[in-house]
Amino acid sequence: MNKTLIIIKREYLTRVRRRAFILSTFLFPIVMILFIVGSVYLAVKSKEVVKIAVPNDSFLKSSLKSDTSSVLFVFDPTIDQSNFSEKGYTGFLRPNRDSSSNKTYTIVSRKQIAIESKDAIEHQLNKALEDKLLQEKGIDKSILDSVSSVSTNAINVSNITVDESGKEKEANAGLAYGIGFGSGLLIYITMFIFGAMVMRGVMEEKMNRIAEVIVSSVKPFQLMMGKIIGIAAVGLTQFLMWIILLFILFSALPLFLPGDAVHHMQDLQNNPAVGQNATMASSVMSKISGGANWPLIIACFLFYFLGGYLFYAALFAAVGSVVNEDPQEAQSLMLPITMPIILSFIILSSTVGHPNTSIAFWSSMIPFTSPIVMMGRIANGVPEAVPWWQLFLSMALLIGGFVLTTWFAGKIYRTGILLYGKRVTWKEMIKWLRRTS
Amino acid sequence: MAISELRNLKKYFATQKAVDDISFTIDKGSIFGLLGPNGAGKTTLIRMITGIFFPDEGEIIFDGKKFDPVHDIIHIGYMPEERGLYKKMKIGEQALYLAQLKGLNRADAMAKIKEWFVRLEMQSWWNKKVEDLSKGMSQKLQFVTTVLHEPKLIILDEPFSGLDPVNSNIIKEEIYKLSQKGCTIIFSTHRMEQVEEICDHIVLINKGKKILDGSVKKVKQDFKENLFSIGLDHEPSLNGNTIFDVIGKKDQSYIVKIREGNKPTDVLKYFIQQNADVLSFNEILPSLNDIFIKLVEGTSVSRQFLRQGS
Repeated sequence: MNKTLIIIKREYLTRVRRRAFILSTFLFPIVMILFIVGSVYLAVKSKEVVKIAVPNDSFLKSSLKSDTSSVLFVFDPTIDQSNFSEKGYTGFLRPNRDSSSNKTYTIVSRKQIAIESKDAIEHQLNKALEDKLLQEKGIDKSILDSVSSVSTNAINVSNITVDESGKEKEANAGLAYGIGFGSGLLIYITMFIFGAMVMRGVMEEKMNRIAEVIVSSVKPFQLMMGKIIGIAAVGLTQFLMWIILLFILFSALPLFLPGDAVHHMQDLQNNPAVGQNATMASSVMSKISGGANWPLIIACFLFYFLGGYLFYAALFAAVGSVVNEDPQEAQSLMLPITMPIILSFIILSSTVGHPNTSIAFWSSMIPFTSPIVMMGRIANGVPEAVPWWQLFLSMALLIGGFVLTTWFAGKIYRTGILLYGKRVTWKEMIKWLRRTS
Repeated sequence: MAISELRNLKKYFATQKAVDDISFTIDKGSIFGLLGPNGAGKTTLIRMITGIFFPDEGEIIFDGKKFDPVHDIIHIGYMPEERGLYKKMKIGEQALYLAQLKGLNRADAMAKIKEWFVRLEMQSWWNKKVEDLSKGMSQKLQFVTTVLHEPKLIILDEPFSGLDPVNSNIIKEEIYKLSQKGCTIIFSTHRMEQVEEICDHIVLINKGKKILDGSVKKVKQDFKENLFSIGLDHEPSLNGNTIFDVIGKKDQSYIVKIREGNKPTDVLKYFIQQNADVLSFNEILPSLNDIFIKLVEGTSVSRQFLRQGS
């Protein structure tokens, strides 16, 4: 058997068998589902109905309706500050004396009223005022009612994108944002996790003094590549497991939720007054199959994860190979590697909503930043937001990039792995590159 | 015939000439001692012999052909001085992994590991982790993984460090057995008494240069100082003796240094003429340790550890 293959196998098996790997593989999807279910549940639960007492106010009485599910207005002239709580009201409405044309009200309550409830109250009051004014201008109440019943739900704005051939597609900016940011973030985190794993593995071999035993059997480059590829396989295994588990859990989700919760979730989408988290979670869930080109996104995600990982892993290996016992040394040597990764994340946050700016374009071409930034752009649609040629160019540059960094790192690694007790700087490492073997 | 022949090897690093024009030949089946103080260039030299480093200049002939690391590496077993194992890996798996890296297939490797484990009484270790082993135990494991693939050339750098006398002897016996089977062994150490006991041939290097090369016997002869110890039944008169100088005296035995131009028999003749009964008469050869210190001190600043070693 090929020696690199033997090394890959060992790296893969020892890691996959570790308890931490198994735990994180199974726990992550479960935690994610619990988070979504939990936030939906909380949103449903926390939707309180506030009961607001309105003292006898002739201005409001004729037009204020209390037919929403979140606010209940009760006209009760006996209410004042001293007794509203005993009578079961959340609060009462007090007109302010000062105003002339602008009417202002104050809600007096024992506890602070949630922002959604306050918005709903305000909305109702404005509506009442509007109706009142219209009626004063001579519009019949029956006409007003018929108009408002039609207009409330009549218009719904959606956005479609059209390509040159005329093919239409529904655009969903929110979903694209979520996917783009989420996948970019995931690549960012995993690049650090698996990059650090490579570095620690190399440091372990060096400090255990097993490196010299092994390089007397295989070439240092084989040892390095074996480790990098082995850990890449670990990462891919984890992602595939996550995707499969999430898919299973999502399809099984309705079974675990009580029927009315699912019903509520659909409700929530149409109700702007409810918490944003719940809306996002439920809309992601309902649109998860339709709103995005999932096969392309998953394929690109795996490519950019792998490409980005390979690009940086070799550099992490090089750093690991020159570090001696001192972890602090690793920190300072890692800085030039971690900076561009962090920078990519910053660029991602600013470009994920604007996929066609020039900074988004350039940073999605340069291999140092492309794995993270490109994911943010792809989510907006290929070829609508990212033309095919850009995607392929970016991929080609990334492949070229990791070939280059691997070559570069291989030279440093070969010298570093057998060098003990000497502090090495990046400057010296660059010198090693010039030296021929 | 030579298993390995080094021709004018040079390896320069930025700050020093680690190996500076060294040539020697290692005979097949011999136990070869590669000696030198710390920093002499031994490790660099060994790394070139094992193909880890390429020489800057010069060439290595391995088993009659130019040394080709990629293919010849499987015929070499190297146990470095700075050695280690994966701490979290099980002993059996570890041995199997290292054997496979040496090119053995799984079944062969398994059979050989079992055989060695039985021979060195390590069977019960199979599922233990390296971190649970004592230093001596992991040393034994290391030795097994070095020789498992039956290499033609075995390089052992300080193989006995950390081993108790019992285990040292077990390993020593195995080294002899391997040598009898035709393996060539390069043995690198600072422990001169072990070299004297085990090695046929030695090379001493210091500061990247070879300063001594020869069989243990010949080296000792070359460096002898014509010292003899002679045991007598009574104290004779030493006046008028022009043949030797007395260097030391203990009870009734003398240590004498024969003067230039005289032979050992002249000493005996002298004492016989004095009517002294000669009880014993031995040549005192210098220990390798003395030779080592003498040579190294001659070429560089003296080193404390050498004196402590004797």
